Amino acid sequence: MKPWKRKGDLVHADIDRQEAAVLRGLVSQIDDMLRARIEETPQDELAELTGIRTGPSTSPDDPILSRLLPDFHRLDDDNPSKADLDSAAVLRSLHEPTLLDLKTGVAAVVLETCPMYGGGIRLSLEQADAWLSALNDVRLALGTAIEVTEDMPDELPDDDPRSPHLSVYHWLTWVQESMVQALSTP
Amino acid sequence: MTAAVDMEQTQATPSSSEVVAEDRPWQTVVWNDPVNLMSYVTYVFQKLFGYSRDKATKLMLDVHHEGKAIVSSGTKDKVEADVARLHAAGLWATMEHTS
Repeated sequence: MKPWKRKGDLVHADIDRQEAAVLRGLVSQIDDMLRARIEETPQDELAELTGIRTGPSTSPDDPILSRLLPDFHRLDDDNPSKADLDSAAVLRSLHEPTLLDLKTGVAAVVLETCPMYGGGIRLSLEQADAWLSALNDVRLALGTAIEVTEDMPDELPDDDPRSPHLSVYHWLTWVQESMVQALSTP
Repeated sequence: MTAAVDMEQTQATPSSSEVVAEDRPWQTVVWNDPVNLMSYVTYVFQKLFGYSRDKATKLMLDVHHEGKAIVSSGTKDKVEADVARLHAAGLWATMEHTS
């Protein structure tokens, strides 16, 4: 893949077959995780009646989902206040359904616009923003899984099981960085 | 945060870019994390809040160097909406009441 280019309201790049397969696979996995979270909380009759959907009030146990769906207050102090705990529960319940819709929505944009067997990608600016969010979600998920740190080396020792995943992570970083640069220079 | 390419970094003045006022009881805080790209965080601040590139860059550098920055403030509803939008962009944001 070469860097993204912007021409007016169009953002474009070519992606090869293997890259497309990797990206689509990862985006689909995140999408599956988000959908599983949605299905965990069936909507009751009251929600159907009022149209007000409520989500779960507690953070997901899974560290990846938990990073994708953060709390509204810092609760990781030694002793978070009861007011913060209560408020975070209410705010999560209120906002998480919308956040899940947005995240599955940007995943869908990538899956619709990234050719399955590689080729040209042509995006509107709106679609490009969806790509940025989806790429970021995939990097957050992968970064959480392989416990990325700020001074992560370019490569890990060959016997480190995270080594192949780190290469993919660095590639995704490059794809996202290139897209930010293309969008920032009209 | 992380940078995919070398960036020219300007010195940030820690407090000047923070948005605080007496009549704005709630604050939106963005926390540093090892995944989000410096360029992307700057882009998000510009896009969501309409901040200039300079202001967005200063806030991003505050997050990077200080571990966090206050990126907006206002009523509870406003700040709640800001945090929700930052979560959609994948940033680690929380809200707090000014003491």
